[in-house]
Amino acid sequence: MDAVTLQSYALLIAATLNAGTVLGLAALGLLINERAGIVNLGAEGMMLCAALAGFAAVVHTGSDVAGFLAGALAGGLMATIFGVLVIWLNTNQHATGLALSLFGGGFSAFAGTSYVQEKMPERSSFAIPYLSDIPFLGSALFKQHPLVYATIAFTAALAWFLWRTRAGLVLRSVGESPESAHALGYPVRRIRFASVVAGGVLCGLAGAYISIVYTPLWVEGMVAGKGWIALALTTFASWRPVRVMLGACLFGGVTMLQFHLQGAGVEVPSQLLSMLPYLATIIVLVLISRNPAWIRINMPASLGKPFQP
Amino acid sequence: MLRLQARAEPSRWWVYASPLLALLVTVLLGVALFLLLGKDPVRGLAVFFWEPLRSGYALGELVVKATPLLLIALGLAVAFRSNVWNIGAEGQYVMGAVAASGVALLAEPGGSKWIVLPLLLAGTFGGMVWGGLTAWLRDRFNANEILVSLMLVYVAVQVLGYMVFGPWKDPNGYNFPQTQMFEAATKIPRLFASSRMHIGVLIAVVGAALVWVFLFRTRAGFAQQVGGIAPAAARYAGFSSRSALWTAMLVSGGFAGLAGALEVAGPIGQLTPYLPAGYGFAAIIVAFVGRLHPGGLILSSLLMSMFYIGGELAQSRLGLPQSLTGVFQGLLLFSLLACDTLIHYRVVRSKPRAALASAAGAH
Repeated sequence: MDAVTLQSYALLIAATLNAGTVLGLAALGLLINERAGIVNLGAEGMMLCAALAGFAAVVHTGSDVAGFLAGALAGGLMATIFGVLVIWLNTNQHATGLALSLFGGGFSAFAGTSYVQEKMPERSSFAIPYLSDIPFLGSALFKQHPLVYATIAFTAALAWFLWRTRAGLVLRSVGESPESAHALGYPVRRIRFASVVAGGVLCGLAGAYISIVYTPLWVEGMVAGKGWIALALTTFASWRPVRVMLGACLFGGVTMLQFHLQGAGVEVPSQLLSMLPYLATIIVLVLISRNPAWIRINMPASLGKPFQP
Repeated sequence: MLRLQARAEPSRWWVYASPLLALLVTVLLGVALFLLLGKDPVRGLAVFFWEPLRSGYALGELVVKATPLLLIALGLAVAFRSNVWNIGAEGQYVMGAVAASGVALLAEPGGSKWIVLPLLLAGTFGGMVWGGLTAWLRDRFNANEILVSLMLVYVAVQVLGYMVFGPWKDPNGYNFPQTQMFEAATKIPRLFASSRMHIGVLIAVVGAALVWVFLFRTRAGFAQQVGGIAPAAARYAGFSSRSALWTAMLVSGGFAGLAGALEVAGPIGQLTPYLPAGYGFAAIIVAFVGRLHPGGLILSSLLMSMFYIGGELAQSRLGLPQSLTGVFQGLLLFSLLACDTLIHYRVVRSKPRAALASAAGAH
């Protein structure tokens, strides 16, 4: 293999990690929600608002950190609205999540009008010293945004939290059997609310990552269904963090493959390539859901069911 | 402290009052938004709630925009009542428009007006196929219909893009990605010379009546809804949840496809990439605000149409982005969901804990 092809593969791997981080962050957030028994269909809307908030913050301050904080705050705020409605006012989870997505789409388009032509200030790129100089591996793995590595670390931390700590066990019990958790004296609704907000913060980070790192600009609707794909990912990964992250990279790879194929001059209509991530999601959902027993075993037993003490 | 207390029975009064209260809350939030943006709230509200009603022509435009919303929402009402979450009506609408365009492009210059009939049927069929795809994947493979129907929206938009950038591109269109203007014969007939209102209005009203009869006056319609309210009871009664799923997806897909056909051969007159205007998503709000009842849907589709026209006017008159429409739509659905709490709960003043404790101590 010649050096140019090798380099293009390295870039494909790097781009896959990049795209996988967006999906992974959001899906990990939704995983926390769903482990506590809440389905939030508002991921797309939260990510859109967070993408705008993050972009605007970077434009005004020039700092990535401020951008991610703004994105996390936006996601957390929207999740708070969702949480109050769903947990304390007992509104339908599906309808409320949809409302969040529709509102987030409309609101971000409205508030972001003046940012459409805006450019990001120039910022330094990232590279891990020494490691990034390794041929192939350097440009494939070690020139990513710090959040990529943080996400991978967080995946492991979340797996440890959910299965190796008491708090994680309580969180899961709230999603499996809120009645039992309540009987044991755990504040079910507060735990659910906290998990909803945590999920919103992670979706917010994912949204901000899109507009700050992934495609550094703001356009209406730029999340382009990634919030929905993240929702599918939690099922695909049978609600386990490490599998979520692997699945996210798989989907990220599919997304990136279309650009790679287009670049390689494959004679396929571009629209067909653009369909790939969505078709892949459908195919994966079909493969995964074929066995209802498998889903039933893995799914949090009280997923989507309201709880009133 | 205020707290919620469950009602023994859902309040019938609040079922109807809640959408009105939600509208009021939305208006108040709108006033706050206008003030925040430094715009005169009275002018802002006038643009949304008075201008669209001011003249005969304006009323006609209101009805033109309400037509696709009502059609799509009618199908969604059937689906949501049977607990089938079809949120991909936008995709079914697009595929209906694509299928109808296929027929429209076959028309010869000066051909018969009757081509409108196969055109509308093709649109309906296109929407049904797209909706049926979701039903099939759900029925055969148990795949979640929310995610599948939504993913198919993105796929449908790409299919539309492929057609207008590829085989159907107008050869004399200066390379714009759109089909040629359809032949005059394919134009959906208008009701009056002075307005853009077309026969789709009548179709939608008849559709509302048919959906009402189906839901509330037929055994099949009853069976359809029992599965949504009480799945266990439906199983016990022997009502098939599979047929409810297929009916829900085919009916909602068909209505959305019909709306797409009427839109592409009516007000638009050619297939362009700008066809998806979010009607499929707005119709979800129409369906909930209209209480999933055909009569309510007529009112809520007109209301949502006001939001669309108001958004356009806000852009030209007040210099605000048109996407204001989406903000108001989202706010309305949020307010409605919150207000609907009052159907099942009453707000009561609860005694502070200290008072409760002393009352308990007195015994």
